[in-house]
Amino acid sequence: MNVTSRRYANADVLHVEGRLDQDTCTEFTGKLMSHVESNAHDGGAIVLDLSKLEYVSSAGLRCFMLASRKAKSQHGRIFVAALQPMVKEIFEISHFNLVFQVFPSVREAMGAVGAEASAAFEKG
Amino acid sequence: MRVRFWGTRGSIPVALTAADIRDKLAQALVQASGRTFESYEEAHAYAASELDFNLTHTFGGHTPCVEIEAPGDEYYVCDMGSGARPFGGHVLARQARKPAVVNIFQSHVHWDHIMGFPFFGPAYVPGTTIRIHGVHAVLEDAYRMQMREPCFPVDFTQLAAKIEFVKLEVDKPQKVGALTVTPHLQLHSGDSYGYRFERDGRSVVYSTDSEHKLENRAEAEAFANFFRDADCVIFDAMYALAEAISVKADWGHSSNIVGVELCQMARAKHLVLFHHEPANNDATLEGLLKEARRFEELTRGDQALKVSAAYDGLEIDL
Repeated sequence: MNVTSRRYANADVLHVEGRLDQDTCTEFTGKLMSHVESNAHDGGAIVLDLSKLEYVSSAGLRCFMLASRKAKSQHGRIFVAALQPMVKEIFEISHFNLVFQVFPSVREAMGAVGAEASAAFEKG
Repeated sequence: MRVRFWGTRGSIPVALTAADIRDKLAQALVQASGRTFESYEEAHAYAASELDFNLTHTFGGHTPCVEIEAPGDEYYVCDMGSGARPFGGHVLARQARKPAVVNIFQSHVHWDHIMGFPFFGPAYVPGTTIRIHGVHAVLEDAYRMQMREPCFPVDFTQLAAKIEFVKLEVDKPQKVGALTVTPHLQLHSGDSYGYRFERDGRSVVYSTDSEHKLENRAEAEAFANFFRDADCVIFDAMYALAEAISVKADWGHSSNIVGVELCQMARAKHLVLFHHEPANNDATLEGLLKEARRFEELTRGDQALKVSAAYDGLEIDL
């Protein structure tokens, strides 16, 4: 599992690659929570680019839930984008699509974050 | 062995309302529109084979009570939820006035798991022997307390049956009548215990009122070992996963998805979703079953896992 990030205005885009399960969730939670604590507050956002995420288990989904709770408690936001078909179906089966705002692409998620973040993303 | 479900609902009994039945009937009529049936049997066959389960059945309303039928004269039953009332009727009818020996295995003493006992007919029949097996120190007190004035008019001491309380040891296989039984500690308010029943190379696990935190590898592996190669795992699947780990985290229950994951880890053969949320109607429960089956398909390794949802009246032969 590999995580890289890039910042656009008040949003961090995290690119998540590989499998998110019992074996990788602890490491991933550490990385995700560090971004949430530093940037998902007072209107700031995390956009999870899951286009390279191959699989997510219940333990992996729990990482997203922990991050979402933390972000909400500090008035931040988390968006999920670009899910592969299998991960998208797992989100639906587990009802996570009812908890998270899921976007077809990172561009559309950035649009939901706000004009400044969206413009910074378009600039590249 | 045969598993017979007398009560499958969690927390509190529920009943279909007149509106629920009218709605099912109306939907069935719409689906059958244009069809004609020459006989009751023909209509029955159509309903059984072509209509959705949630239109022709109900998952049922009694709280947990699951019978494990094994060779011999004794009865084995997990929990005394409100399903204990019809189970008691079954025992009395089958015994035909001959006193019964009933072995109860108590997951824990929350009310939905003991509330049927005051209505368990055999408890009022002289000569009946009831052995209540469990691990909780408070087991006997809980049974006596719920039958005390002013909550119930018949005191526990007035019951005609001979009633014994038997303390079981955790994680130790113990012989009870025709079965070998192993209790295992589960995460639930006040603790709960799952039971693994084995006989002649067949096994069934009753694991309800149990929350799982699968990010904890040791916990996950301990449960996978408890479920290992089981022919049937009756599993607390009260919620969808998102609910179970968000607003209802730490409520002591689990989800259909975690049930699939643990059974796959354990290489169990048949997962039975159990302890249904009382707020869920039949269509929602059927939806949760379909989602669990699809998740199993998506994540299947080299062994398929059969997934069912328990309903009052379901029987599974092992």
